[in-house]
Amino acid sequence: MTRNRIAVAAASLLALTLGLGVAPASAARTDITVGMQLEPPNLDPTAGAAAAIDEVVYANVFEGLTRFAADGAVLPALAESWAISDDGLVYTFTLRSNVTFHDGTGFDAEDVKFSLDRARSADSTNAQKGLFADIASVDVVDPVTVRITLSKPNGSFLFNMAWGDAVIVAPETAADNATEPVGTGPFTFVAWTKGDNVELARSGQYWGTPLKLDKVVFKFIADPTAAFAAMMAGDIDAYPNFPAPENLPQFAADARFQVLVGSTEGETILAMNNKKAPLDNIKVRQAISHAIDRQAIIDGALFGYGTPIGTHFAPHNPAYLDLTGQSEYDPAKAKVLLAEAGVADLTLSLKLPPPSYARRGGEIIAAQLRDVGINTEITNVEWAQWLEDVFKAKNFDLTVISHTEPMDINIYGRDDYYFQYADPAFKAIMADLDNATDPAKRTGLLQAAQKKITDDAVNAYLFQLAKAGVADAKIKGLWLNSPTQATDMTGVYWEE
Amino acid sequence: MMRFVLGRLVSLGLSLVAASLVIFLVMEVVPGDPASFMMGINADPAAVEALRRQLGLDAPLLSRYLDWVAGLLRGDFGISYTYKVPVSELVAERAAISLPLTLYALALSTLIAFPAGIIAAARRNSAADVTVMGATQLGVAIPNFWFAMLLVLVFAINLRWVSAGGFPGWDAGFWPAMKALTLPAIALALPQASILARVMRSALIDTLSEDFMRTARAKGLSEGQALRRHALRNALIPVLTILGLQFSFLLAGGIIIENVFFLPGLGRLVFQAITQRDLIVVRSVVILLVVAVIVVTFVVDLAYALADPRLRRPAP
Repeated sequence: MTRNRIAVAAASLLALTLGLGVAPASAARTDITVGMQLEPPNLDPTAGAAAAIDEVVYANVFEGLTRFAADGAVLPALAESWAISDDGLVYTFTLRSNVTFHDGTGFDAEDVKFSLDRARSADSTNAQKGLFADIASVDVVDPVTVRITLSKPNGSFLFNMAWGDAVIVAPETAADNATEPVGTGPFTFVAWTKGDNVELARSGQYWGTPLKLDKVVFKFIADPTAAFAAMMAGDIDAYPNFPAPENLPQFAADARFQVLVGSTEGETILAMNNKKAPLDNIKVRQAISHAIDRQAIIDGALFGYGTPIGTHFAPHNPAYLDLTGQSEYDPAKAKVLLAEAGVADLTLSLKLPPPSYARRGGEIIAAQLRDVGINTEITNVEWAQWLEDVFKAKNFDLTVISHTEPMDINIYGRDDYYFQYADPAFKAIMADLDNATDPAKRTGLLQAAQKKITDDAVNAYLFQLAKAGVADAKIKGLWLNSPTQATDMTGVYWEE
Repeated sequence: MMRFVLGRLVSLGLSLVAASLVIFLVMEVVPGDPASFMMGINADPAAVEALRRQLGLDAPLLSRYLDWVAGLLRGDFGISYTYKVPVSELVAERAAISLPLTLYALALSTLIAFPAGIIAAARRNSAADVTVMGATQLGVAIPNFWFAMLLVLVFAINLRWVSAGGFPGWDAGFWPAMKALTLPAIALALPQASILARVMRSALIDTLSEDFMRTARAKGLSEGQALRRHALRNALIPVLTILGLQFSFLLAGGIIIENVFFLPGLGRLVFQAITQRDLIVVRSVVILLVVAVIVVTFVVDLAYALADPRLRRPAP
């Protein structure tokens, strides 16, 4: 009898727990649950490079002097306006006067000085410390005016100040931003259930256009299958960077959802170790570049989402130069180039980090290289291993990686960067670019830089990573492209 | 009994010291630097160095090991490199899911396995026995992540009774939390219940053929009475062993199920920490799991002694 009673009790327990509380969906919603693949390690954009940090807090919780718009343009944010001296050295920013931090303290020029000085100090752990390298001094003129003097002209200074790493923080709360972020943005931080979600709520004191959302929950679901199930079950309203492109057609066919495809700042490249024989021979690098069928990789590894590139530059940028023709798919030419270089029986190491563009793409690249007579030894590495082995120790021949920072062509000018280009002529172009403030001149220099690295076949440039996401069909105002890694919820709303 | 307990405690201490050394060294040998992981590939080298100093990664190996052990002895597990909160806080948050989930799954598994195993053994070769044996065969053979996905498909996507995963937190109330854990617990319990039922059945069958069982029936007990009073207790030792192993396994081994249901449990914490090279979290969580396993083994040993008085006597 006891046995039966236990069985009945167990059955009713199951029925009870499964059947309780199914939330009814209401019509005009003001809350949204957004899915993300990776959880941010902390919530301080000024201390850490993880994209997931900015994807939660950029433009939502924290703001800088300037900000990126959805199309990549640099707009005023905490700085209402600015004046630049004729020599390009002095930037005078006029700040908004009606801004408060979420803890109730006012925002003024002192906060700007504190934030910038903190980011460029000797013991700064700002991952993009380079953004502040040209700042000579930051002076408070009055509470709403701040004067920044540069050591040399920097044409991309306003652009640099729009990065998540350059947001303005308050001296009182800066140390705790990792776990309790306090910014000036439209949303305040509410709670972080580690491993599960971060919750934000509308701020009562926001200076800008009033919001339509009251509550945003960022939910972290790493597994693509689980993400699919969560979208289908309605647990998630939007998933801006959906991890499994193979599922997108299924969403597109379902009237409940909309599929959002745009571009990112992620130039995906087959990086080559330029100092290691035989890759120090430009003919070998050119041969590899011609051996690769970019569209086949996009179709095979990314289910068609991606744009072929011929240089390290985002195609949606006005200064982009289409150089894909210079490295077009031509296995016969690749073989000729290899013969000219006197290379036969070549075996190269190919190290692949975890993202599927690298793992799946790497397999296709290996097959394409085999067709022209280059063998590869594929090693799958995790991120930490990649950073140690490839990035730091430069112990590799080839690797596939996406460089996701905006406007990062200047990495080719860094000595000792992992692909070891370090070309004086290229560095001269970068120096000219830093000094140029005239837009036309800058465009010319950017194009010269693109041409230079393609002529030198530094790396094989593969494709621009697409931003492919899915959302409930009634959600409007999500960013289509991602000019920086962000999920700006400022203009998002539910259609009636 | 005292000597038995003391002997166990000494070997428990030695296991812990050995485990702490192995865990520390393994994490040192694995390539990867937490600071460069956090700063990414566009970072300024000076900033990476500053972070390394801040995290104390520039100290020599031995001093870092001793610092860690000294911290453990004080009950201080360190501060996570990436999350920047105390490891004990992280573990407590995750254990608040993993521990109830493990107990829930074990309870389900026991509730299914005990009756099934007993019926199968008592009515050997009957239709009930064949059914139990067939079902458990299937239960062991089905991969639990596949079963989990099936549950999601039916109960979350089609019927919409539950969420596809996630955990609302205990703050949301007891029932919503239990509801979120129900499908994962079922998925975890199925293979465990199958194994447990099979062990229960064969242990009981062995015991039923013992001489003392014949005696028990000879003195006038019915089959059922003899089974309840004499056979069950004797068949319990192998079952307890399996239960102890299952508890240890489920505590951190449920990572695949945690992934399917995106539950922030201990298994996923360790996995994330390993990929991010959050060495301090990996070390401290693994040592805690070692402690948990050792304690469970110890409790199971004590339970043996309770179930079988012969084990309380020291070996001659």
